[in-house]
Amino acid sequence: MHLSTDVLVIGAGGAGMYAAIAAARTGAQVILADKNMIGRGGATIMAQMTVAAALSEEEPDTWEDHLADTLAAGRGLCDEALAEVLCRSAPERMREMDGWGVGWARAGGLGGHAGHIRQVTAPGHGRRRCCYVDFLNTGPAVAGTLRKRVGRTAGIRALSNVAITDLVVQEGSVRGALGFAFGDGAELDVAAGATVIATGGLTRLYARSSASNNMAGEGYALALRAGAVLVDMEFVQFFPIGHLAPRLVGMDPIMWDPFRYKLGGRLLNGTMEEFIDRYGGEDDGRYTATRDLATHAIRREVDAGRGSPSGGAWLSFTHVPEAELRHAFGPVIDRLLKNGIDLTRRPVEVAPIAHYHMGGVKVDARMRSTLAGLYAAGEAVGGAAGANRLSGNAISEALVYGEIAGREAARHAGSHAGGWDGGAAAATVRDTAAGPRTAPTPRTVAGGSNGAGGTSAATLMGELRRLMWTKVGPFRDRPGLLAALDRIRAMRADDLPRVPVPRETAFANELADWHELRSALLVAEAVTVAALAREESRGAHQREDFPETAAGFRGNQRVTGQAGTIACRFVPVAPEGVAR
Amino acid sequence: MSATAVLKVARGGPGDADRFDTFEVPYTPGQSILDGLMWIREHADASLAFRFACINANVCKECVMRIDGKNGYACTERLKPGETVLEPLANKRRVRDLACDTVPPKERLARG
Ligand SMILES: Cc1cc2nc3c(=O)[nH]c(=O)nc-3n(C[C@H](O)[C@H](O)[C@H](O)COP(=O)(O)OP(=O)(O)OC[C@H]3O[C@@H](n4cnc5c(N)ncnc54)[C@H](O)[C@@H]3O)c2cc1C
Ligand code: FES
Repeated sequence: MHLSTDVLVIGAGGAGMYAAIAAARTGAQVILADKNMIGRGGATIMAQMTVAAALSEEEPDTWEDHLADTLAAGRGLCDEALAEVLCRSAPERMREMDGWGVGWARAGGLGGHAGHIRQVTAPGHGRRRCCYVDFLNTGPAVAGTLRKRVGRTAGIRALSNVAITDLVVQEGSVRGALGFAFGDGAELDVAAGATVIATGGLTRLYARSSASNNMAGEGYALALRAGAVLVDMEFVQFFPIGHLAPRLVGMDPIMWDPFRYKLGGRLLNGTMEEFIDRYGGEDDGRYTATRDLATHAIRREVDAGRGSPSGGAWLSFTHVPEAELRHAFGPVIDRLLKNGIDLTRRPVEVAPIAHYHMGGVKVDARMRSTLAGLYAAGEAVGGAAGANRLSGNAISEALVYGEIAGREAARHAGSHAGGWDGGAAAATVRDTAAGPRTAPTPRTVAGGSNGAGGTSAATLMGELRRLMWTKVGPFRDRPGLLAALDRIRAMRADDLPRVPVPRETAFANELADWHELRSALLVAEAVTVAALAREESRGAHQREDFPETAAGFRGNQRVTGQAGTIACRFVPVAPEGVAR
Repeated sequence: MSATAVLKVARGGPGDADRFDTFEVPYTPGQSILDGLMWIREHADASLAFRFACINANVCKECVMRIDGKNGYACTERLKPGETVLEPLANKRRVRDLACDTVPPKERLARG
């Protein structure tokens, strides 16, 4: 099937939906495609905490203050132009979402006389700057509001269960993409004047993660294969207090953060002592330690034999009266009780969990990638957060970058219509990362399967996720990284070509698995190569063999795919005061 | 603490006669039916079809299916010792196995 449009947006989370709306309201025709369901497949709908913007609803605040906090958290590596546009534009997007009825929590409470928008101080923010929707409903409210808006905006064709697998590059420009329909495995070509990658992050690559099923980093691989530059791929954020035990169902593993800053939960080691302050973070219930520091502290306690029984730390609210718990979290307290957790009586166990990716597609402040016609938005973008992201900045980033990418892509499409050579489309798919032994994609394989007798992609993905967690996780060293790299490359060269794939099937989950694994392996290699090259510890990247931050590494790594391998180039941050 | 659950799963396409495959799934008490289904795809049968996205948060609402005859979410119902029967929703067109056509009509790719 062949489709044609002005703007193709790949991925329908917060960034993709905002991009589609922004493009369509300039008059462009938009196709918004998601391998899952529009608005439901990614991280946006899962967010339970806050969204940061200098709205000054609770106290005076400026975007410059927000920027200063963002840059400080980024450990000197933020792309300042990207961080600036994020902090500057976040208030406008938040007000627009407010106008669309997202329902930011307001003083006066639910249903009561609505006062000003509530803003709290999430860790790392110097002001009360972070908005939310009660109770732990920020993500569903943001996703639902945008989804409704997409439905009401003329010019957007939203397609659920359409996976995009390759970009089409002709004469140096991205001219659309190839994909398939999940429902029956049928191939699909989309010619587009401009394309936006809004596929979210890569934390599904890790065995312990807060990711949905659709976050295997496919957008990074799309960009890499087409020849675009990625940046900061070594910086995967590990959320320090992800739920560990007992097993919780129906609740997100990172839900404890809002509990901490609303109620001041106490983080304790196996001997029930507070410990964060020993690692340079002041805690005393105020919860100001950034994510990288808290992750480090928990790991050190576990290493020293002072972990909780399941290998993490205790988080305790037993000092908080039940009435206060209920006031702050209402129905959530009952959901916890159903899971056998009575917070007034027992602490829970928490430990680091892969949560967000700072790296991604290298773009300028107009969200243009290094390839003409290709844009990126949301978590797919790299650089704004440097080595460590501030809590609450990711949703702002999805909204702000989505709006810019959509608008800019529509503008580009307006002056670059046509140019798609349909006959040559499949043949001109570029794969700059392909080596001589790269597997043919299933669409080019005749017959019923891509290979016979091989291990399934689902099994290999499980292996990859454990490998990444143990060797390319929160703590890294050279032998581990090298071992991971060996295995990843062997999987790419030897295992992937032998994965059996049914040719066409109703609900093509194995075809989807194959594409996911192909991309996941490429992206895993990019993360590992970048992690190996950064011989220092900074923010989210912690090397056991290089524990100090080294001034010489104050810079960003640009990653490209070249002749079957991943190449990494170090670019120092410009000294202060030097024009960019 | 490890236990074994038996998942009896309806297989096949639209209009197929009832056919079930039975899987023995190791689990730790507290784990969800979805944990069990993901285990089957990784370790026993990668072709098994079911919908899910968010895994833990119970927000995508895609994993709804018939669990022992009653509609429920695979990600919030727990694995239990003995047999659990899993079937696709009765009131939706089945695509394959436990996956039904739950995509809103407007968001479907019309075949041409
Ligand atoms: C559990 C959780 C809680 C969080 N809480 C917060 C919070 O409170 N505050 C905050 O600021 N940030 C939070 N974050 C981070 C934040 O939610 C994300 O960074 C942000 O929502 C990303 O938005 P996005 O639109 O870029 O991507 P996503 O919302 O992840 O959407 C990406 C979409 O792309 C689709 N897709 C992927 N690959 C393809 C493909 N090949 N073809 C077609 N479609 C594809 C996916 O199905 C998905 O729907 C949280 C993250 C998680 C996981
Ligand atoms: S997997 Fe999302 S609600 Fe069950």
